Amino acid sequence: MLEGATAAEVHSLLRKRPLGRLGERAILASLVGCAAISFVTMGLIIYVLVSESATFFQEVSFAEFFLDTEWQPLFKPTSFGIWELVAGTANVVLWSLVLALPIGLAAAVYLSEYAHPRTRRLLKPILEALAGVPTVVYAYFALNVITLDILRPLLGTEHLSVPFNSLSASILLAVMILPTVASISEDAMASVPRDLREGAYALGATRLEVAGRVVVPAALSGIVASVLLAIARVVGETMIVAIAAGSTPNLTLSPLESIQTMTGFMLQVGLGDAARGTIDYQSLFAVGLMLFVITLLFNMAAQVFVGRFREVYE
Amino acid sequence: MVAEAEPVALRATGTVARRQALSRASRYVLLAASLVGVAVLAFLIYDTIDLGASRLSWDFLTNYPSRFAERAGLRSSILGSVWVMGATVLFAFPVAIGTAVWIEEFAPRNWLLTLVKLNLANLAGVPSIIYGILGLAIFVRYFDLGPSIIAGALTLSLMIIPMTVIAAQEAIRQVPSSIRDGSLALGATRWQTTWNHVLPAALPGIMTGVILAVSRAAGETAALIMIGAFTFIAYDNTSLFDDFTTVPIQIYQWTIRPQEEFRQNAAAAIIVLMVAVFTMNLVAAIIRERFRRE
Repeated sequence: MLEGATAAEVHSLLRKRPLGRLGERAILASLVGCAAISFVTMGLIIYVLVSESATFFQEVSFAEFFLDTEWQPLFKPTSFGIWELVAGTANVVLWSLVLALPIGLAAAVYLSEYAHPRTRRLLKPILEALAGVPTVVYAYFALNVITLDILRPLLGTEHLSVPFNSLSASILLAVMILPTVASISEDAMASVPRDLREGAYALGATRLEVAGRVVVPAALSGIVASVLLAIARVVGETMIVAIAAGSTPNLTLSPLESIQTMTGFMLQVGLGDAARGTIDYQSLFAVGLMLFVITLLFNMAAQVFVGRFREVYE
Repeated sequence: MVAEAEPVALRATGTVARRQALSRASRYVLLAASLVGVAVLAFLIYDTIDLGASRLSWDFLTNYPSRFAERAGLRSSILGSVWVMGATVLFAFPVAIGTAVWIEEFAPRNWLLTLVKLNLANLAGVPSIIYGILGLAIFVRYFDLGPSIIAGALTLSLMIIPMTVIAAQEAIRQVPSSIRDGSLALGATRWQTTWNHVLPAALPGIMTGVILAVSRAAGETAALIMIGAFTFIAYDNTSLFDDFTTVPIQIYQWTIRPQEEFRQNAAAAIIVLMVAVFTMNLVAAIIRERFRRE
């Protein structure tokens, strides 16, 4: 029966053998139970966010949430316009990308196209170590080193009267996402087939031209995926923005003002130990839902782009 | 006499020379860019050690927190971190490996599996503060566990399970299918094959993933603040139902104080945390390198 069957066919036949003993069925059931936990987790996240937000929206209208431009939940008269918090998040996304994108892509090009394999084996882990640094440590540096030791003496206290600004947070956020951008882009560039490069070299292109006009365009979907993932990480990061960027909801993209992001507001409420059933507690979940939807969109978009570049070259 | 031919120097001129010079120069610009990260890391480490090293002492590690900076220490936060990490590993490890084994070895290859994988990828991207409010609503409030070690550990477990599953899947997939087929052909059941052959072979890779996930949980601050672990603890934890604090939360508390002495405490605590996190990352890297060759 098996004669002439390929290894893959044999493999799939062997896999399909029924589970013999009762004990094996119990084990399989517990494995399915483990796998089910991730569904339960996602279900609970959505349930908690939506149900608490629903009570929030009984007191605050959608119109106020999405059309008002002021976020003032803690003092009367209260006002719940989400855009100041969204602007705060957009602010740090903008400035951290301005810093991390060119540096991260240049590092990716260097590691993939220029570096000796030994150099790459040394540099890449160090770069990736930046992703392992706890963000509260970055937060400490954003406030103490960047703002107090560098920006204040540089710009003068009159420009930075409070020690909170989105620039210091953005600088450390950029450091945090540098490995995401560089490492994933480098993987994408490394999987561009050699033929493409050799074709370009044969036509007389220099190394820089091969990198810039052949490899980068060919790896573009991987690069886009890395940037989308980096954005999702910045949007979801809490400690750096909560400590260094301030807690002033502010409709601005200026890097030198004190702002508040969605996550920053959530942490502020968390620190205040808001009692259940109060509008503070519910606003936490409404903002959380907004944050969840935004990060989910960026992550899903990233997966689409990753899938696309895999399809082409693998 | 035959005129000797002038040696021809193969040198590009004009546009080509410019393009080549540009390409040569680009190497150094790009190298500089890839060293930015290294330089920042080196500077951060230097600056912390410069400020914090003199504060490190046995007393600093064994004193309870205090409102006097020079008497404050990390005792309760180190104990809290150890308790929470231990419980987190205990909860997350079996579930993550069980999920990965099911996906790679047992799951039918159909739409359900696609959905499971998509769900895991999305969970891995959910911000930690969302896990924090999930823990607050479910473990702290609904199950009424309060801001306890067990609530914190369950919250962090949910947070690290997706990334651990993805790493464990990767490790299981690396095991050659000839090993499975050999075992199955000799009459072993699928579970015997998985338990006796696949898991041992995949173990180094799984351990690497687990260690990296734990090191991420060890540095996590926001999720634990959300469940209410931002408290003053001046006793040793003895039970899973105790309130707790952790080293990153202690760093946060000291960082937001304006006084210089607390900044020094924060720097010293950062040294402690970074040594722990880098040790874990190093161990993970060593395991990965050692078993890659074989």
